[in-house]
Amino acid sequence: MKTPQELRYTASHEWVRREPDGTVSVGITDHAQEQLGDIVFVEAPQAGRKVSAGEAVGVVESVKAASDIYAPVAGEIVGANPALTDTPEKVNEDAYGAWIYRVKPANPADIDKLLDAAAYEKAAAA
Amino acid sequence: MLKTTPLNATHRAAGARMVDFGGWDMPVHYGSQVEEHHAVRREAGLFDVSHMLAVDVSGAGAREFLRRAVANNVDKLKAAGKALYTCMLNERGGVIDDLIVYFIREGEYRIVVNAGTADKDLAWLSSLAKQGNAQVRLEPRRDLAMIAIQGPRARETFWSVHPEAKAATQELKPFSAAPAGELFVARTGYTGEDGFEIMVRASEAPRLWERLVAAGARPCGLGARDTLRLEAGMNLYGQDMDENVSPLDAGLAWTVDLSPGRDFVGRAALESHPARMQFAGLLLLDAGGVLRAHQKVETAHGEGEITSGTFSPTIGKSIALARLPLAAAAGETVHVRVRDKLLAALVVKPPFVRNGKILVTQTTTHKESA
Repeated sequence: MKTPQELRYTASHEWVRREPDGTVSVGITDHAQEQLGDIVFVEAPQAGRKVSAGEAVGVVESVKAASDIYAPVAGEIVGANPALTDTPEKVNEDAYGAWIYRVKPANPADIDKLLDAAAYEKAAAA
Repeated sequence: MLKTTPLNATHRAAGARMVDFGGWDMPVHYGSQVEEHHAVRREAGLFDVSHMLAVDVSGAGAREFLRRAVANNVDKLKAAGKALYTCMLNERGGVIDDLIVYFIREGEYRIVVNAGTADKDLAWLSSLAKQGNAQVRLEPRRDLAMIAIQGPRARETFWSVHPEAKAATQELKPFSAAPAGELFVARTGYTGEDGFEIMVRASEAPRLWERLVAAGARPCGLGARDTLRLEAGMNLYGQDMDENVSPLDAGLAWTVDLSPGRDFVGRAALESHPARMQFAGLLLLDAGGVLRAHQKVETAHGEGEITSGTFSPTIGKSIALARLPLAAAAGETVHVRVRDKLLAALVVKPPFVRNGKILVTQTTTHKESA
């Protein structure tokens, strides 16, 4: 399983990347896309929505199944990846490039409490 | 402990993703379910269907027994090798299983039943035989593996591997079968494409599989099998019908032979309960998700429910099979509840795809009914 060291992770298989503007990008892990199979639909949350940590904010659907995506931290949604509307398969092709949405954390320190790569790999293998 | 087919090690060596499918350890895909789907529509794909069970039904009373046990009429099987698709019903008219009956010769039939229902089917058939004092033997054939090769290039791929079988099988009409040496070859399938389903001795199955792969057939998992059968408008037991569903409410009236003079199990129940719902196809018009089993359908004539839904790789849109009120008609727009949204879908008559061609379009007489 591919698990970049520089990212943070959730037990629900999201990856989280800090952006220079203080927001974080959220996507699903390589392990998650592999479990789901061919992805055909991605629904991201609307910009401006206030979310709490662990809240279901979007959906990824593969041919096989629908799977919720969760907010890793509390904050406000600032945008979604427009490319995934017409090419959701990018999540399969490049899970860590295909960010799904961006959130501005209410408390940036919350990101440090998320799993690191080693802890995520352990959780995903369990 | 999961049950395994004779091809289990072959799948694992090929890197298949394995899943528990009704107690069987089966491949769901070998990398990409969608690519496997396209291979069947465009070239040739290979499926391990050895989890299904062949049962030989033989004896002087075999015909009489099957006339009573299944809802379609085996009297339609006149030529050797001819196959019949049918439901086996309980006394309430619910579907115990759907199966294919092959007519080998008088007093000799082979039926193929679903994996998840095989034990239940055998017990039911045995008790029916006992009750009726039927002169019939039931012999489960777990010594046989089953490989389906499907797609426009399926038959020629098989013949390239088994040239000696060509003579016995090239004249086979759809829905018929013939022995070819040690093999039993049927021109049947579950994909909407041409091809064969091949029964082979379990010990020989891995070699046949490898040779078909080497000849260009692409291994396909149960994932592609499901999207292919759904596009082909074919029912899946346990999802589109079960013991509590009448074949008349599951789009299977065409498989029930109600012509007079034959008393089959479930007949009285079917005759006292005409169809309450119709079985139709849905093509999703709106973006916003994928149609799935158990989603509610709102129509101008009342509520319906999706029994099977998926994303159609051939059409590039979501499709479904659904039970709808009898008054709903093809060409109407209905609305499906997908999570918190109501998405518009077009009622269509399945199949969606046959022999590589898309048979439904969005431009069918588009009539707003809601």
